[in-house]
Amino acid sequence: MTLTAVRPKAGGTRERRAPRRRWRYAGTVAVFLLPSLIPLTLYTLIPMVASFWTSLHEWDLITEMRWVGLGNYLELLGDAGTRAAFLHTLYFIAGYLPLVYLGGLGLALLLNRAMPGRGLLRGVYFLPVITSWVVVALMWKWLLNPASGVVNWALGLFGVSGPGWWTDPDWAMPSIIFASAWKDLGFVMIILLAGLQAIPKEFQEAAMVDGATAFRRFRHITLPLLSPSSFFVVVISLINGFQVFDQVKIMTGGGPGGATQVVVSQIYDLTFRYGRAGAASALSWLLFALVLLVTIVQIRGQKRWVTYG
Amino acid sequence: MSQRIRVAASLAAAALLATACSQGSATKAPSGEGGKVTLRYFTFSAAPDHVKDLDKIEKAFEKENPKIDVVVETAPFDEYFTKLQTSIAGGTAPDTFELNYENFVTYASAGSLLDLDTVKGDGDPSVYAKESLDAFQRDGKQYALPASFSTVVLFYNKDLFDKAGVAPPTADWTWADEQAAAAKLTDKKKGVFGDFQPVQFFEFYKTLKQAGGEFLSADGKKSAFNGPAGVKAAQWLVSKVGKTMPTEAEIGGTADYDTNLFKSGKLAMWHNGIWQFAGLKDAAFTWDVVVEPGDAAKASAVFHNAVAASSGTKHGKEAWAWARFLSSSNTAATTRVESSWELPPVADQAVLSGYLKDPKPANRQAVFDSLKSIALPPVIKRQQEMQDAVTKQLTEAAAGRKPVEEALKTAAADVDALLS
Repeated sequence: MTLTAVRPKAGGTRERRAPRRRWRYAGTVAVFLLPSLIPLTLYTLIPMVASFWTSLHEWDLITEMRWVGLGNYLELLGDAGTRAAFLHTLYFIAGYLPLVYLGGLGLALLLNRAMPGRGLLRGVYFLPVITSWVVVALMWKWLLNPASGVVNWALGLFGVSGPGWWTDPDWAMPSIIFASAWKDLGFVMIILLAGLQAIPKEFQEAAMVDGATAFRRFRHITLPLLSPSSFFVVVISLINGFQVFDQVKIMTGGGPGGATQVVVSQIYDLTFRYGRAGAASALSWLLFALVLLVTIVQIRGQKRWVTYG
Repeated sequence: MSQRIRVAASLAAAALLATACSQGSATKAPSGEGGKVTLRYFTFSAAPDHVKDLDKIEKAFEKENPKIDVVVETAPFDEYFTKLQTSIAGGTAPDTFELNYENFVTYASAGSLLDLDTVKGDGDPSVYAKESLDAFQRDGKQYALPASFSTVVLFYNKDLFDKAGVAPPTADWTWADEQAAAAKLTDKKKGVFGDFQPVQFFEFYKTLKQAGGEFLSADGKKSAFNGPAGVKAAQWLVSKVGKTMPTEAEIGGTADYDTNLFKSGKLAMWHNGIWQFAGLKDAAFTWDVVVEPGDAAKASAVFHNAVAASSGTKHGKEAWAWARFLSSSNTAATTRVESSWELPPVADQAVLSGYLKDPKPANRQAVFDSLKSIALPPVIKRQQEMQDAVTKQLTEAAAGRKPVEEALKTAAADVDALLS
């Protein structure tokens, strides 16, 4: 149907029928788009507009909204709690991104080699990715329990007194970073593994014939040809990093002493704990602006390091 | 037709569809069979220990009011107000719901509550204890009916006291007595702790009053706790941690850690509410309660819960009948008393005296004695933020990350900012 619609027929009939055919074409496209357009509109576009509208108001969810214009934005920009939340989020990303990328790359390189049990191992490393964050966070919270956790018990066997993994403000964020990297490692691994397998063997063989060392082959063939996959993984991980919430909510609840309060947990608290939906919406938009900015910078910057083909 | 118009048109169509969908779901009210009115009731105080008791009250109410079908929904206290707020915002508020004294002002001033005088039927207001009834009035309107109250007392494990040869607590005890006993009773090798008093807002405003201080200034416009009494109260709470009480790291975020510690016979003294009585019925040791020790003065925390009706309910009269029954009927009062499910705020002392008949704990009189000098929580509009700010600073001090004075100074500045 689509084929006949786009293929022009000879003769003057084309002029006369064109608008009608175009309409039919648009209708066809619309029918195919609707299944994704409806949920997108319902659950993304309308809420986005609503949240922007809310961000211009003071609203405790139970009283009438009160117009404050940009008041929420101005208050948030001067607020120490907001600054701390952004700093904690950046701290999380600074720890999480290198860990998850390098760890995933290492795993991908390892599991790209011929070895027994390779398929099984790939599956095992991917398991945490498809496991619910609630399960993973509770498990790590239990393993890292300062008083009765397995990790501190094991450290105790060597005479080391383990820290208060999530009760000590210095250790709480590293604990969350570690648990997050552990969970997402498999995702990065799978994407990079696919990227590695797309690299033609001939390049490596040719370089080997020329006497290139393993390191040089990795540096000058594997890494550049893997860069599109790396780019994808970094963009996705960074966005995930900005939106970190589940693990924080479950493992520390933003504590101890606010040391792990990130932007999204701040948004949650503002809305549901403090009844300040307007300020929370404004903070959501500030986060959106930051993520958008970072993503644009990344897409612009990709020309410098991403090689296609 | 240009691309842009096409996109815009499909968007508009989708938006129309979306609004059409969303309108249908929220306004549909549940209606029972055969002309029965279904009345939703949302509560935090029933689960998990008293669901059956609430069920009993509900059955009795439905027997008297065959046209009303009460549907109970419960949530744990920590999530209760999040859910209530969201359901009000979403237009699906329950017809009737429980409110505590601290949150009553917020909901009443937001216009979320039905003025119960507009729907009330026959019923004598003098069945209620007057102070309780007055606590849930605002601008001369009765927005909720008091349903239960409870106090915080000092629980103690008598066996541990006897074993250590320490005289058990009396009503005359002061902080110093408590501290001396706690030190003697703590035996870390056996995992026994002498004392447990949570380091948070609710304990602080009370110990502050015990130390002779006030939380807010008389006009309620400024914090008043950052002074000698405040430092003394905070010091008292913080000084227990790591000495006679486990640290935050030792507790490790375990839910109901203190309850289980006491139940397992490894905690000598425990500051907690009388709602714990029912759960301790089968404890394998002798335990009792006394009025909390004071310092400059005695002061006990009183928690007050009430039943309110949503301003959006379509069944105002039924809502009032249920609120009235739940708060003051003989069935409700005796059920609460018999199951030690807090206390009914009724004027009839004969009903309350039934509370004393239960042999455990022996000194039940302490519950009534504690009412002689009470500390009511300070209430402001931004209540939760205030509670969190104070708890956060006290936790910092308890973990040794900040000196008490500095923590209080920060907390006072935070509270002042919330009041401005």
